[in-house]
Amino acid sequence: MAYLDHAASTALLPESLAAVTAALTATGNASSLHAAGRRARRTVEESREALASALGARPSEVILTGGGTESDNLAVKGMFWARAAADPRRRRILASAVEHHAVLDAVEWLVDHEGASVTWLEVDAAGRVAPEVLEDALGDDVALVSVMWANNEVGTVQPVRRLAEIAHAHGVPIHTDAVQAVGQLPVDFAASGVDALTVTGHKFGGPLGAGALLLGRDVACTPLLHGGGQERDVRSGTADVPAIAGLAVAATVAVERQPETATRLAALRDDLVARVCAALPDAVLNGAREDRLPGNAHFSFPGCEGDSLLLLLDARGVEVSTGSACSAGVARPSHVLVAMGADEERARGSLRFSLGHTSTAADVDALLDALPTVVERARRAPVR
Amino acid sequence: MKLLAAVSGGVDSAVAAALAVEAGHDVTAVHLALSEAPATLRSGSRGCCSVEDSRDAGRVADVLGIPYYVWDLAARFREDVVDDFVAEYAAGRTPNPCLRCNEKVKFSAVLDRALALGFDGVVTGHHARLADGVLRRSVDLAKDQSYVLAVLTPHQLAHTVLPLGDLTKVQVRALAAARGLAVADKPDSHDVCFIADGDTAGFLRDRLGAQPGPVVDALTGAVVGQHDGAYGFTVGQRRGLALTVPAGDGRPRYVLSVSPVQRTVTVGPAEALDTSGLRAERPVWTQAPVELPLRCLVQLRAHGTPVGALVSADGSGWQLALDAPVRGVAPGQAAVLYDGDRVLASATVA
Repeated sequence: MAYLDHAASTALLPESLAAVTAALTATGNASSLHAAGRRARRTVEESREALASALGARPSEVILTGGGTESDNLAVKGMFWARAAADPRRRRILASAVEHHAVLDAVEWLVDHEGASVTWLEVDAAGRVAPEVLEDALGDDVALVSVMWANNEVGTVQPVRRLAEIAHAHGVPIHTDAVQAVGQLPVDFAASGVDALTVTGHKFGGPLGAGALLLGRDVACTPLLHGGGQERDVRSGTADVPAIAGLAVAATVAVERQPETATRLAALRDDLVARVCAALPDAVLNGAREDRLPGNAHFSFPGCEGDSLLLLLDARGVEVSTGSACSAGVARPSHVLVAMGADEERARGSLRFSLGHTSTAADVDALLDALPTVVERARRAPVR
Repeated sequence: MKLLAAVSGGVDSAVAAALAVEAGHDVTAVHLALSEAPATLRSGSRGCCSVEDSRDAGRVADVLGIPYYVWDLAARFREDVVDDFVAEYAAGRTPNPCLRCNEKVKFSAVLDRALALGFDGVVTGHHARLADGVLRRSVDLAKDQSYVLAVLTPHQLAHTVLPLGDLTKVQVRALAAARGLAVADKPDSHDVCFIADGDTAGFLRDRLGAQPGPVVDALTGAVVGQHDGAYGFTVGQRRGLALTVPAGDGRPRYVLSVSPVQRTVTVGPAEALDTSGLRAERPVWTQAPVELPLRCLVQLRAHGTPVGALVSADGSGWQLALDAPVRGVAPGQAAVLYDGDRVLASATVA
């Protein structure tokens, strides 16, 4: 078995498993006033401090959520509502054309239902938003900007710090989805200059279903979930103490090991890329050569359907992804590749190989053992 | 064998896949996403390929312990089935979309891809018997689907496994329940799967627009009503004619023919619908072609009664002389030849 889909979800770190397990056996609601409640509260607050420390934020800037999708929705909708309420002229959202669906669909919902408008920021052939593109799109009708830290499909890293400076020069707050970045790249909330930043635990060795929105103290954000007001009155819901404990431990460990992990994964990934290119000379590497997630390799195989490749690799115990799957599990041409100027054939014939903290050279060997035969076979299958 | 099971999320394809697994085959399940905008939930017996159907199909594969994938064939289905359906109606013919889907999608696009990917064939939940290349009716005549499989060629049939032909629908449901498949009591599908509300005329009107014209009485030549589009009528139809002039003899009138180009719908008495001679085009044999002329049975619609006929060659098509007149045969319908319960061939009524 070779698991090359760490960008979808990576293995739980043993340290995180231990923290989750320990907290699962403790009774208590972190909002309760008695001793059991205080113990739960202490776990949550220590976790918040650890998460803040790992990510260059203050504890009061950590809004604990149910994961990346919730954090993205909270940032995009919440910041739009707050900004449009304060200044009704500001109803336009600027977002890159390669965002994850958690941002794309939240923006489109605001356009369809809340009177927002949107300008999709074009990307270059590598999937990057040029600072001039943001500069040109800004105006006094803009409510917020959202540009991801690193792309989940092709791994391209955005110039987030530069984009934040430009947005702020126009008095516009900026959100970034950093779900893929934590543990692979240095992520420092304060140094990045952004106003809101999405993270989720299961991409760096924490449990599924726990994430956070780092939200600057003076950034106005209207809640999505109303109730007990547990998270700075911006997010309500009983604290999921075990998941939060696991999230914080994973962040601490992953960030501490990030330099070493990144070096090791980049070397493995470079080997993977070189060997794929040597074995299949017509394979096209998508995304940036530099400024790329160290664990990401993304190829198009001309004349093949991505889902044929996936089926054949899966049957040989090699687990990869065709990109982001939609709800019915149907592989549609990736909006990311289309935005990068790929034609439909290149978009449909693409596969993502993503490495993570448990990846080894044996995983790359297993992929290369299977891939040439699989590509040759998939090429014989009729394309649509 | 290494088989690809097409699983719709319904009970038939679930049991077919289960029986293939139990027969010792190496089975992989594939759900065909045929709708470009799938609904989230299924509504009763209508519609197709909702996200709920895809989940149901995935749960069947979980229970059977086999891999499961979704293949997006929506563009292919639109071009080969939906667009063809609309074009056929626009030309005044009455198509059978299930037959077209089998011919162009399930046993063509899917089978070709399966073979190329290293599978030996496909398994489906159709109710028909197939052994040694011979296609026969299901033992459950009420559920028999041999008519819509009659377009398959010997090559396609050689790579097809139909495990349900010896089972009744009641038995299929019982087998599903015994295996713990949650779809055991899921309602049967009816009607045209891509017309979710069952309103074929409305579906066609949305795509073809209003094309008003006269309804003409075949006996008198008089205009007896108006219609919004000839494509909304089928030969043999009685209801929904909205005639403004009563028939001279007071008897009900039926649609005798539809001419979309002239925008005319012709109506007349029931007996004028009777035909005992037909021409059919583009024959496809399920086995090596049988020499003509040939005495056999012919069936003209999905659940029609077969009648005896003498089939003779007519250019590249056939002439069919029916032993007894058949009422309301429309161009575009399939004429399927049977020898007893064995499917010989099909062709399209001209």
